[in-house]
Amino acid sequence: MRETEVLVIGGGPAGLSAAVEAASHGCDVTLVDSDLALGGQLVKQTHKFFGSEAEYAGTRGIKIAKILFEELEAAKDRVTVLSNTTANGFYPDDGVVALVKDEEEYIRLRPKKTIVATGAMERLLPFPNNDAPGVYGAGAIQTLMNVYGVFPGERVLMIGAGNIGLIVSYQLMQAGVEIAGIVEFMPKVGGYWVHAAKVRRLGVPIYLRHTITDAIVEKGVVAGAHIQRVDEKGRPTEEIRKIDCDTICMAVGLIPTAEILWQAGCKMTYVPELCGHVPQRNAFMQTTNPNFWVAGDASGIEEASAAMVEGRISGISIARALGRIQGEAFQERYLELWQRLSNLRAGEVGAKIRSGLEKCSNCGCDWGEEA
Amino acid sequence: MNLIKEHPILEFHHARKVTFSFDGRSLEGYEGEPIASALHANKIRIYRETPKTKRPRGFFCAIGKCSSCFMTVDGVPNVRICVTPLKAGMVVQSQKGNGSVPWSEPEAQKEGDGLA
Ligand SMILES: Cc1cc2nc3c(=O)[nH]c(=O)nc-3n(C[C@H](O)[C@H](O)[C@H](O)COP(=O)(O)OP(=O)(O)OC[C@H]3O[C@@H](n4cnc5c(N)ncnc54)[C@H](O)[C@@H]3O)c2cc1C
Repeated sequence: MRETEVLVIGGGPAGLSAAVEAASHGCDVTLVDSDLALGGQLVKQTHKFFGSEAEYAGTRGIKIAKILFEELEAAKDRVTVLSNTTANGFYPDDGVVALVKDEEEYIRLRPKKTIVATGAMERLLPFPNNDAPGVYGAGAIQTLMNVYGVFPGERVLMIGAGNIGLIVSYQLMQAGVEIAGIVEFMPKVGGYWVHAAKVRRLGVPIYLRHTITDAIVEKGVVAGAHIQRVDEKGRPTEEIRKIDCDTICMAVGLIPTAEILWQAGCKMTYVPELCGHVPQRNAFMQTTNPNFWVAGDASGIEEASAAMVEGRISGISIARALGRIQGEAFQERYLELWQRLSNLRAGEVGAKIRSGLEKCSNCGCDWGEEA
Repeated sequence: MNLIKEHPILEFHHARKVTFSFDGRSLEGYEGEPIASALHANKIRIYRETPKTKRPRGFFCAIGKCSSCFMTVDGVPNVRICVTPLKAGMVVQSQKGNGSVPWSEPEAQKEGDGLA
C-alpha cells in the first residue's frame, strides 16, 4: 500500500492546474492519468482559445498545455506523475484508490484527499451500424491526427455543428482530409460564429435540420451514410440523401466522467445544462464526501479555461484543508480565482452554465467548515 | 504508412520505427505510440469481432473507456490498444469473441508471449 497526501485523478487542464496549485502551497501530490501522455483534451486543440486573458485567450490549446507542463516541471519535487495509470475504483472501507499502471501493475494508493478531474466522455447517437469501424468520436479523431499525425480517414461526415464539430472539421481540412458535410439537427449552427464562418468559407455544406439515419457498411467498415431532413418539430421527412464517406465523426456532445465520484458516495444530481450527472459541490469545489474534490469537465461540461481555474480552486482549498495555507494568504488567492471564474461565466455565453450550477452548488461559502 | 506530412500548425516528432505483427503480417509503426495509431496508419480499421453477433469493431473513443478496440496482444486478450504503447516485435491479433487467458500454459508464457 502506498500513501499520498493529495491524489489528482486526470491530467487534463483541470488536473494539471490542481496539482500545480496544491504543490505550490506545499502539498505532496500524486497525479495519475490513464493516457500515455498528460494534457487531456488540451494537447489536441490547435486553434486559438476563447475565454479571458488571464486564462490565455488567443493562445492555441497546445501552447497552453506547454505552459502547464512547464509549471508541473517546476513543481516536480512535490508532484509524482504516473501516466498510463488508470484509477479503476475507490474502496470506501479503507479509503484506497485502486490504480492499474501500464495495464500490468496494480497499485493500492491511500490518499488523504482526492481531486477528481477525469474530464468527459463522448456521446453516441443511436442509429443502425453506429458500432461499425469508421464511426469515431471527435476526440478520437483529434488524437489520431493532432497527436500522432495519422489520417483518421479520407472523407469525413461530421455529425454536430457545435463548436467541437466545427473546430474538428476545420482541423481535418488543415490536415488535408475532405469533409463530406456537417449534419446538424437544430435549425442553426450551435458553435461560435467565427468557427462556422471558417468552414463555410471553405465550401463545406452544413445540413441544418438533418439527422443521420444509418451508416452504410461495406467489407465491415463505413462506406457512407444516409442523412434525413427533419421538419420544424424534429420529425423525419421523406427527404433522404446518401453521403459518400469512409469516416463518420460524432460531435454530439460530452458526458462528465463520474464513476469514481459515484463510488465515493458523493451526492450526484442530473443537470442537463452541465450535460449529465454531476456532484454537488461547495464553493471550494469540495463534494459531499469531505475527502473528494472535483474540477473541470467531470464537474460539468464547460471549457478548458474554466477547468483550469476550478483546478486551482480545488488545489488551494485542499492545501487549506491540510493546514498548509490559511487566513489572508488563502482568502486573497481564493477570491482572485473566483473572480477569474466569474469573469469567464459572465454575460450571455455563460448563462446556461450559471443556471446549471445553481442546481448543484451550495455556495453558502462555508468558510469555517474544515474537511 | 498513411501519415500527415504537411500541416500548417503542427510538426510531428515520431520515435523509433519498429516492426510488429498483425494477424501474421509484418507491419511498421512507431515505438511508444498507441497500437491503434500504428494500425490505423497501416489503414487497418477492424480490430475485433463481437462474441454474439459477430460484428466487426474498431477504434472509437481513444481514451481507454469504450471497449471497442480490444485486441489480443502478446497473447493477452482484451487489451485496449488505443492506450497501449507499441513495442518492437509485438504480436497483435484480431480478437474473436471474449478471448481467453492461457492459464494452462505457464511455461509457454514465460518463454515469450509477454505475460512473464
Ligand atoms: C474540439 C474541441 C475544442 C475545444 N475548444 C475549446 C476552446 O476554444 N476553449 C476552451 O476553453 N475549451 C475548449 N474545449 C474544451 C476543453 O478542451 C475541455 O473543456 C477541457 O479539456 C476539460 O478539461 P479537464 O481537465 O476537465 O478534462 P480533460 O481534458 O478531458 O482531461 C481529463 C483527463 O483525465 C484522464 N482520466 C479520465 N479518467 C481517468 C481515470 N479513471 N484514471 C486516470 N485518468 C483518467 C484522461 O485520460 C484525461 O487526460 C474544446 C474541446 C474540444 C473537444
